[in-house]
Amino acid sequence: MADPIAALTNAQAARAEAATHVSESAATRMDVEKLSAFYGGFQALAEITFPIHPGAVTAVIGPSGCGKSTFIRCLNRLHELTPGARVTGSVRLGGVDIYQPEIDPARVRQLVGMVFQKPNPFPTLSIYDNVLAGVRLHRPRISRTEADEIAERSLRAAALWDEVKDKLKAPGSSLSGGQQQRLCIARALAVEPLVLLMDEPTSALDPIATYRIEELIWELKQRYTIVIVTHNMQQAARIADYVAFLLSDEDRTGRLIEFDTAQRIFTNPKRRETEDYITGKIG
Amino acid sequence: MRTDRFAITEQEFNPRLPLRRRFGGLFGLLSAAAILIGLVTLGLLIADVVRDGWQVLSWDFLTSYPSRRPQDAGILSALVGTFYILLLVTVIAFPLGVAAAVYLEEFAPKSRLTAFIEVNISNLAAVPSIVYGLLGLGVFVRTFMLGRSLIAGALTLSLLVLPIIIVASREAVRAVPPSIREAGLALGASPWQTARYFVLPAAFPGILTGTILALARAIGETAPLITIGALTYVAFTPKSLFDPFTVLPIQIFNWVSRPQPAFHDRAAGGIIVLLAVLLLFNATAILLRARLQRKIRF
Repeated sequence: MADPIAALTNAQAARAEAATHVSESAATRMDVEKLSAFYGGFQALAEITFPIHPGAVTAVIGPSGCGKSTFIRCLNRLHELTPGARVTGSVRLGGVDIYQPEIDPARVRQLVGMVFQKPNPFPTLSIYDNVLAGVRLHRPRISRTEADEIAERSLRAAALWDEVKDKLKAPGSSLSGGQQQRLCIARALAVEPLVLLMDEPTSALDPIATYRIEELIWELKQRYTIVIVTHNMQQAARIADYVAFLLSDEDRTGRLIEFDTAQRIFTNPKRRETEDYITGKIG
Repeated sequence: MRTDRFAITEQEFNPRLPLRRRFGGLFGLLSAAAILIGLVTLGLLIADVVRDGWQVLSWDFLTSYPSRRPQDAGILSALVGTFYILLLVTVIAFPLGVAAAVYLEEFAPKSRLTAFIEVNISNLAAVPSIVYGLLGLGVFVRTFMLGRSLIAGALTLSLLVLPIIIVASREAVRAVPPSIREAGLALGASPWQTARYFVLPAAFPGILTGTILALARAIGETAPLITIGALTYVAFTPKSLFDPFTVLPIQIFNWVSRPQPAFHDRAAGGIIVLLAVLLLFNATAILLRARLQRKIRF
């Protein structure tokens, strides 16, 4: 295959055109199979296998140190940037294995966007330029009108437009924490990803800002496949359609204990450990 | 209620608050004294120089070539030489230093070799300048046959300040939080794009400060330039990179070593000009940095 990711790029382009609902689109489905992650000699994750359904919110829950963050960083090939880190197994996006050697990790990260725990807008850039940072990397000669369009569309999608439309030239770091996080979401959306990863996106925010982000996630899943890591079970119960519960074994290696719909995980878990965790007996 | 609680604590452990306060005050005084010693010494030196050199400062002093009659001697060739050297050192050492720092921080594998290189760069920053002068004499003047030219001097001083620029730039690049790099990479930026568009701009104020300090050092260096054979009497301004040159410190050194007191006053005048150039330079840097830094908050 000359360009195995071409099909996905086409899906991305089609999505950018039509702004359609994604739940039918196989291109935005991810399949994690026997995924193991290592830091040098330490195994952080062992043989994780579960599907990530398109157009739905999949929450990854579990106590601290169970490998949630490592897991989500494997989905956009960010894990391998840590010195000594490596991954085995496969992660497929729309049927294409993102770990096959012909694929440029930068391309994967363009299709699988990410929002981090702590808001990290670029400190040297304005709000406007923060939103466009990713777009300009891939299309340096973008026209002014198109750039304006993308900025407005992304900021609206991140529910930030009304608050910042009069100060687009102000530095991104001048916003409040919750606004900064929504700016980071807008920045991730601007490159039209197929999947959006969120690594504890509200753990640095106050309850009101958290509420706004959760509301936003609810809207975003109409257009994006979302994977969210959270240690907050109420949050998972509020926003998730599917839940994966990870727990580390005696070697501190994270294992998948249970994967199911949020409904079943929270009302009728099959595994004892899951029940103990969601009822607060462990973790 | 409150008073009760405080009364009990006082009995159980003796906080000796008055004594601690007195120590705090004493330390403040000592620190102020330390600053005063430095400032007063500097102030006296400057006052002495200004007293000797004030009357020689004039437009003619700035625009005349050196002469063996003290009343005609000026610093034009030295001032122009200093300016050219500074310009050339900036052009040579700044890009090289920043590139080396970015490579070491962002791209170099964390290996033994890298660690060895890093330690040696820090060591080079502490090597006496005369050694760089000898190196410049051997490499640029003799081997490359550049002679006692402007370019040979600039290359020698570039070598001298490179380690300083590299060390300072690395500090600045390292101070950029990893979350900024992750933000860039997660948007699909290549490592090079991440360094170029996101890390370097955030590190720029720090890099600028380090570079200015390094250049301030270059401006005052005399020994390495004398070693490579920069002339002490130059009655022309260099027209090309390969012309002989002189700089302010050499001119000052030359005048100080003459027997006639009138030349000593000329030297004091030269020192004032050198200080003014330096001050102007640092002030620009501080202003520029303040302006850039106001925007950058992590």
